[in-house]
Amino acid sequence: MQKTITIQVKRYIPEKQPTPFYQDYEVPLETKWGVLDALTYIKDELDGTLAFRWSCHMGVCGSCGMMVNGQPALTCATFLEEYLPGPICIEPLDHFPVIRDLVIDTDAFMGKLKYVKPWLIPAEERSVDDGENRQTPAELAAFKQYTLCINCLLCYSACPVVGLNEDFLGPAAIALAQRYNYDSRDAGQTQRHDVLLDHGGAFDCTLIGECSRACPKHVDPTGAIQRYKADGAMEFWKRLLLPRGAAKR
Amino acid sequence: MTRYGPDECDVLIVGGGGAGLRAAIAVAETDPTLRVAVASKVYPMRSHTVSAEGGSAGVIKSNDSIEEHIYDTISGGDWLCDQDAVEAFVNEAPKELLRMEHWGCPWSREPDGQVAVRSFGGMKNKRTWYAADKTGFHMLHTLFQTSLKYEPVKRYDEYFVTSLLVDDGRCQGVLALEMATGQLHTIAAKSVILCTGGFGKAFPFTTNANIKTGDGVALAYRAGVALKDMEFVQYHPTGLPFTGILITEATRAEGGFLLNKDDYRYLQDYNLGEPKPEPVLRTMELGPRDRLSQAFEQERLKGRTIKGPYGDYVHLDLRHLGEQHINERLPMVRELCLKYEKIDPVTECIPVRPVVHYTMGGIHTDIMGATNVAGVYAAGEAACVSINGANRLGSNSLTELLVFGARAGQAAAAYAKESPDFSPRLQALADDAAQDIEKTWIAPRSKRSKDTIAGIRKELHNQMENGAGIYRDAKSLQTARETVLELQERAQHVALQDTSYTFNTELTAAIELRNLLELSSAIIESALQRTESRGSHQRTDHPKRDDEKFMAHSLAYRTEYGTAPRIEYAPVTITRWPPKERVYG
Ligand SMILES: Cc1cc2nc3c(=O)[nH]c(=O)nc-3n(C[C@H](O)[C@H](O)[C@H](O)COP(=O)(O)OP(=O)(O)OC[C@H]3O[C@@H](n4cnc5c(N)ncnc54)[C@H](O)[C@@H]3O)c2cc1C
Ligand code: FES
Repeated sequence: MQKTITIQVKRYIPEKQPTPFYQDYEVPLETKWGVLDALTYIKDELDGTLAFRWSCHMGVCGSCGMMVNGQPALTCATFLEEYLPGPICIEPLDHFPVIRDLVIDTDAFMGKLKYVKPWLIPAEERSVDDGENRQTPAELAAFKQYTLCINCLLCYSACPVVGLNEDFLGPAAIALAQRYNYDSRDAGQTQRHDVLLDHGGAFDCTLIGECSRACPKHVDPTGAIQRYKADGAMEFWKRLLLPRGAAKR
Repeated sequence: MTRYGPDECDVLIVGGGGAGLRAAIAVAETDPTLRVAVASKVYPMRSHTVSAEGGSAGVIKSNDSIEEHIYDTISGGDWLCDQDAVEAFVNEAPKELLRMEHWGCPWSREPDGQVAVRSFGGMKNKRTWYAADKTGFHMLHTLFQTSLKYEPVKRYDEYFVTSLLVDDGRCQGVLALEMATGQLHTIAAKSVILCTGGFGKAFPFTTNANIKTGDGVALAYRAGVALKDMEFVQYHPTGLPFTGILITEATRAEGGFLLNKDDYRYLQDYNLGEPKPEPVLRTMELGPRDRLSQAFEQERLKGRTIKGPYGDYVHLDLRHLGEQHINERLPMVRELCLKYEKIDPVTECIPVRPVVHYTMGGIHTDIMGATNVAGVYAAGEAACVSINGANRLGSNSLTELLVFGARAGQAAAAYAKESPDFSPRLQALADDAAQDIEKTWIAPRSKRSKDTIAGIRKELHNQMENGAGIYRDAKSLQTARETVLELQERAQHVALQDTSYTFNTELTAAIELRNLLELSSAIIESALQRTESRGSHQRTDHPKRDDEKFMAHSLAYRTEYGTAPRIEYAPVTITRWPPKERVYG
């Protein structure tokens, strides 16, 4: 029986060495271990210099996305046994600048999130004394799927458009815009059109569907974008034909 | 007057979890001219609030009452809660949850569109709002996304705060390590709110995320703030063996059974009522967490639990709920079981064992989140107001983040507006704090110690589990006390392997370890001196509750590093609910 497995890690420590290199580690092959458990084992027992992000260890905080054998994956929810006999190659997520080792720079993504106005824009402000908004289970179901994004960025590293065009908002940000657009309590679609129809918006997507395949939470960003393209096309023509103020109303 | 360029604000919030974000919004809403900032060692949406599953309590239905929520909370806390705080909490809870609804939180709904509520352990009525079984996730993302619309809220993402800067008895900012570059920054602030979460990571087997190392609690402690009721650590009765992943109480609220190795619903032997096929509030599987975890331990001692490679366990049986119900109400539970245990709860029982889950104790604050050091506020799991007393009721904590996050935000905003200019000594203070980090962790060692961070952490974990676990006694606590003090000393000499400034997670782990060591010593000393049993604190050598001596909050004050804290006591605020025996079933 195999007792250990080789983990091959792409390393990059800018202060020490200007070019990335690969380093092999031999870790115990424990039945319940995820790839993340192997990394924490390396950190604790073999090499304190290895840098990576993680927190919840239950697939919900979105910190631990990496390329595992060339595919984007949440390392806390991907298990060593899936890769027997090894080796397992771990690299930072594609399409992002690398800060160090497996840690990528996600600041640009954080900016894009804000850009799509991901907050509820109600038709009129209500105070808590007005009580709850009613929303039926069916109305909830209309956008629920798009609320499930954990911002793990696997979709950005799967998306070929993100790789070519750094201005592209990307799958998660557009799906988030749609999450609010389809919320029965929201009336902010017009404001979000301004962003989604713009350069870098939804129409830059070529609907290849890699994002939906990579998504660990089944958010289906491709579906969200496809739906937007239908709505957005209407809006686009309206804006072209009518004066801006009229279309906005 | 000294100025700090862009790194100066009116209110600085340390922590971007539920409490921190709620506080930030409260500051921005109280006064949009105030400069408010959130510093967090992880991006806000990675905060631990994201893992909360079951729900958030607040009275909303006409068959429920404020009075009953108050009583459930106070009795659940074994009468150690401050009753004025509980009253404020319960009264404000529904408003805060409604505000979340207005901000777009996708609460689960009744067929007619009203917000749905579910049962929860220790609660007499259904009052727990939920968003399937991803409540914390949805609350955190709603708060984060909403916070983006408030222009004045500035963020310091992946800034690890290492000390509070206190001059002349007044806190005026923090020193923070920017993870990406390794630079230490002074962030000057008129007031600071610590929303850094709990410290379950002092224990080996826990539902808590890697980041839950109690940093803010330790920061306050070092700045002279008292830590309240540190001995009260909650074990949740149902965690997955090995990973410690939480299987939410909502599974039992929906009708799950706990079975021992003979498929017997053993809770009926522990004063928790009669087993019924349907869940009955405040009985059996819906008893409070402390009692359920203690019952497991008793069962284990009787040899009636099941042996497994990762410790003994019992079975949580959901099979009778059916696939559709499980998918609708407990989708995450099914997902987690399939992934991490390779079992399907629709057809198989889930193996579970008690797991460290929540720290009732923390930074001693008043009802507005203020501490005894001017300018320092706290909210959320890091704080102890106290509404949780000796045992928190499930689903009160998420609501606590909102109610007391908002209160602390308002109070810290008011304080910041009144407070005078920064002290001219601030930069010198920050330089000292920075030097301390350089000296302790980065400068080369004269003598090389064989210890590693992971090694010391492991020893700490053993001590906490064996010495200060579900059941404790003077002997176990004394052993733990001595070892932990010795570990504190040894931790000072660990040599880091990583000497790089860029994203040095070994350095942050070292600082976190030191924080955990200090807090552990406060847990142990508080537990040692409380010679009674109450709620989650069970002393086998003092098995009875002793109201005469211990109807009081313990307050731990830091002494020198490496020595045990000084423990004092403060009275519990009792208003309308005189102490009684705690009865369930
Ligand atoms: C698995 C699980 C399930 C739960 N389910 C429920 C539930 O159903 N209902 C309920 O009411 N409660 C539940 N709880 C409890 C509840 O989730 C927590 O008590 C609560 O989320 C804590 O929130 P917080 O805002 O205080 O801290 P956290 O969400 O833990 O956030 C802490 C923040 O502080 C920051 N921070 C920490 N240290 C530093 C530092 N040194 N420098 C800078 N920033 C720092 C972190 O980056 C983070 O942003 C659950 C807990 C767990 C573990
Ligand atoms: S560690 Fe949180 S998603 Fe993997």
